[in-house]
Amino acid sequence: MSDKDIIICRCEDITREDIRKCMERGFITFEDLKRQLRVGMGPCQGQTCSELIKRELADFLGEKPDVINTHKTRPLVIGVKLKSIKAGVDNES
Amino acid sequence: MKAEIVIIGAGITGVSIAYNLAIQGVKDIVVVDKSFMTSGATGRCGAGVRQQWGTKGNCIMAKKSIEFFESATDTLEYDDDIEFKQEGYLILATTPEEDELFFENVRLQNSLGIPSRVCNKKEALKVVPYLRPESFTSATYCPTDGHLNPFKMTDAYFQKAKQLGVEFLFFETVESIEINNGKITSVTTEKRTIKTNKVVNAAGGYAHEVGLMVGIDIPVYSENHEILVTEPVDKMQGPMVMSFSKNIYCQQVPHGSFLIGRSNPEAKHDHDISSSWQFLDEMAKTVCDIMPKIGELRVIRQWGGSYNISPDRQPIISDVKSLPGFYIACGFSGHGFMFAPMSGVLITEIVLNKPTSLDASDYRLDRFEDKIVTEYEKSVV
Repeated sequence: MSDKDIIICRCEDITREDIRKCMERGFITFEDLKRQLRVGMGPCQGQTCSELIKRELADFLGEKPDVINTHKTRPLVIGVKLKSIKAGVDNES
Repeated sequence: MKAEIVIIGAGITGVSIAYNLAIQGVKDIVVVDKSFMTSGATGRCGAGVRQQWGTKGNCIMAKKSIEFFESATDTLEYDDDIEFKQEGYLILATTPEEDELFFENVRLQNSLGIPSRVCNKKEALKVVPYLRPESFTSATYCPTDGHLNPFKMTDAYFQKAKQLGVEFLFFETVESIEINNGKITSVTTEKRTIKTNKVVNAAGGYAHEVGLMVGIDIPVYSENHEILVTEPVDKMQGPMVMSFSKNIYCQQVPHGSFLIGRSNPEAKHDHDISSSWQFLDEMAKTVCDIMPKIGELRVIRQWGGSYNISPDRQPIISDVKSLPGFYIACGFSGHGFMFAPMSGVLITEIVLNKPTSLDASDYRLDRFEDKIVTEYEKSVV
């Protein structure tokens, strides 16, 4: 299977080829890849791609996966509608 | 290691300065950053670019910078997409005072060649139909304002600067700047000493600390401004919608997601960039007040970033009388991204002792010495 057909981040449709090209451009940390390709920034917040990208980075850098840092975890844990947040505020007051 | 000039900070400002120095023929340029590129305010900003300001200095910086963005891909021969969307900013007035102020602002903007205009309610609703009509009184609109991808824009400068021979040192922290007989002699990081006589402070949120390394107390501070992003949806909004009195800016980026932010009037002056639930609560209330339709969207992530704020909310782009060879580009007060093209040009002209391409006296460091701040930019979220 070619790198073009291997989807790494399904939220943003990023393939293994995209990841490798970006690493060759000099972006060799997870935070850099995230900012160039939006991996880990979609609705699943990297729950699918982060381990795969960690392995890609390790492979590219000749390191063991466990020394590669993944991206910062940010709130929210799951997507919440703005109007639901407002409804929550209204209920409390 | 030796350098003609060392730039501290690889955000958009530092990278733009590096590029501009390089195209003017300066060799041995080194950019140092304590983390990865755009790790500070650049990578955290809303990335809108607007020309609708209340002070002349900000208007001119913005106008010339947008002219650069319009042809940046060609100028920098960038092989990727900077995702420039030029569909305007719609700024809502919600009080009689704002109606009046914005009228004056538009007059100033028009006098400087910025194509902004005052809109009544009906005209504003034509631009963004789902605004709740009761939530504002009038608006101003400038069609050539817009938005672009801060990571790609910085990368465009970065790729070109590298081609031109600029050296970048990432994950390296500047620990001190050495001075001998009133002249800079070197910059020391945890990994090396770089011999140089010239240093540019483009350290964004940490510009004050870098100033202190050479004994200069730059009158700026940092504060946390929070922002959120929604799930991507089909295109529904052209312009950025903004209100200073309601404390919101809201933009749909070409990717489909909405970026929505506000400031916290109680934010402390520090380097906090954490996320709070209070921000989400306040943001949700304001969004549902102005644009109930956007309330249907899911928030998928929130984060914070530092505004580096100056006393008059205008940038400091300047050399320093007491320390030749030290240059400052900071205090952008939340607008460093959109002014970066001109920041790079101006610092380069100052470093090379050339006449500046616009009157840079409004941005000088010594404007604060007499303690009289003549103008104050009110058009800030």
